[in-house]
Amino acid sequence: MLSDVTVMVNGRPVTVPSGTTVAIAVVIAGQACRTSVNREPRGPLCGMGICFECRAAVNGQPHCRSCQMLCEPGMEVRTDE
Amino acid sequence: MNNAAYDGAIVGAGIVGAACADEFARRGMHVVVVDRDFVGSGATAAGMGHIVVMDDSEAQFALTRYSQQLWQELRRELPDDVEYEQCGTVWVAADEEELMQVRRKRDYYGNWGVPTEVLDSGRLKLLEPNLCEAMAGGLLVPEDVVLYPPCAAGFLMKRAQERGAELRIGASVVQIGQGRILLNDGREIRAEIIVNAAGAFAPELTPGIEIVKRKGQLVITDRYPGFLRHQLVELGYLKSAHSVSSDSVAFNVQPRRTGQILIGSSRQYGAENKDVDSSILGRMLRRAQQFMPGLGAMSAVRTWTGFRAATPDKLPLIGPWPGDKSVFLATGHEGLGITTSLGTARILVDQVTGAKTAIPIEPYLPSRAAREHLHA
Repeated sequence: MLSDVTVMVNGRPVTVPSGTTVAIAVVIAGQACRTSVNREPRGPLCGMGICFECRAAVNGQPHCRSCQMLCEPGMEVRTDE
Repeated sequence: MNNAAYDGAIVGAGIVGAACADEFARRGMHVVVVDRDFVGSGATAAGMGHIVVMDDSEAQFALTRYSQQLWQELRRELPDDVEYEQCGTVWVAADEEELMQVRRKRDYYGNWGVPTEVLDSGRLKLLEPNLCEAMAGGLLVPEDVVLYPPCAAGFLMKRAQERGAELRIGASVVQIGQGRILLNDGREIRAEIIVNAAGAFAPELTPGIEIVKRKGQLVITDRYPGFLRHQLVELGYLKSAHSVSSDSVAFNVQPRRTGQILIGSSRQYGAENKDVDSSILGRMLRRAQQFMPGLGAMSAVRTWTGFRAATPDKLPLIGPWPGDKSVFLATGHEGLGITTSLGTARILVDQVTGAKTAIPIEPYLPSRAAREHLHA
């Protein structure tokens, strides 16, 4: 049985099964991971840490590849910075 | 040479060549610029892009200050993509000994009318919160600027063309002299004068010029807006830049308009290949992290190298080449070519036309090296 983990995405709680990547939590929250230089919304494309499109700020650290990180209780994810 | 097609022909479309073309054209002379690659393709694109006043010597100060004032006059005409930002430079003092240099520098700049502000450690922390706690203080030079050099060179070249200058790119020059440029396809360009503005490659066309390649490496990060506000340079940079033989690194970072951070700097003699050297890159980044530990958590998106044109006395070569009366030099700018491009163009064209220069030209004349040999 998987337990649940709750993380904050742009200040709102999102609860996912443990072992879920941060990128998926962002998608479940209905958010884009980041905004491009041309102000376009971007989200996970390759899902394996190569394309850098899923970057988001995690616990205050900008440009984290969210597809390569697992959700941890209380994690703060921001896609709006 | 009545059959010359041009009043002047410039070899090298870096920022120095482009500035010279613009200045010749502004004074009504018909010039052509020749480059084997494209505008701003050499050291111009590889460098950081600062408009700084430097005081290694009185002559360096005079040329950098004069040039900075010319950039200030040009500022309103620069297109947005040049990313001209007057962020100022902070010379960072790591200890009390370097604070003495801060005061000396303030007095020197002040005597010449360049505003500065001495920063104690608290004020420095306020201006640059991501600098490491241990810094003793610094000197803010608020009129220093950063810009994006390839677009600045592009702007100068475009304006020169609007004023009648011609540009030939993809043309490799194999020989210059006696009023002609020989291209590798056998064609020839005739001009009253030839300007060698080929940067670190200038000696290939004018053998005997005392210029050596001084390799540098840079890193640019992803976007971290707000992390850095000024250009920062360690005062120890002077020791690094002064070293005339060994490899050296020094802390020098710049904020770019995108929020990216440009991290330098390194200096290597005798390194001819363009490959990134991971050992010197590692030293450079460790040095940067000693000053700004937060850099260590950042993502770098690109690293590259380039070649500065270094002279033995650290001053550029601007003026007639004693070996050929049709050849003028505008090279040897080491790490200051972006800053001094505009001043170089003015005093070069002044010499060609016989006009009075705004600053004394003797320290930059190519004949000075020959003179020193006579006295040695």
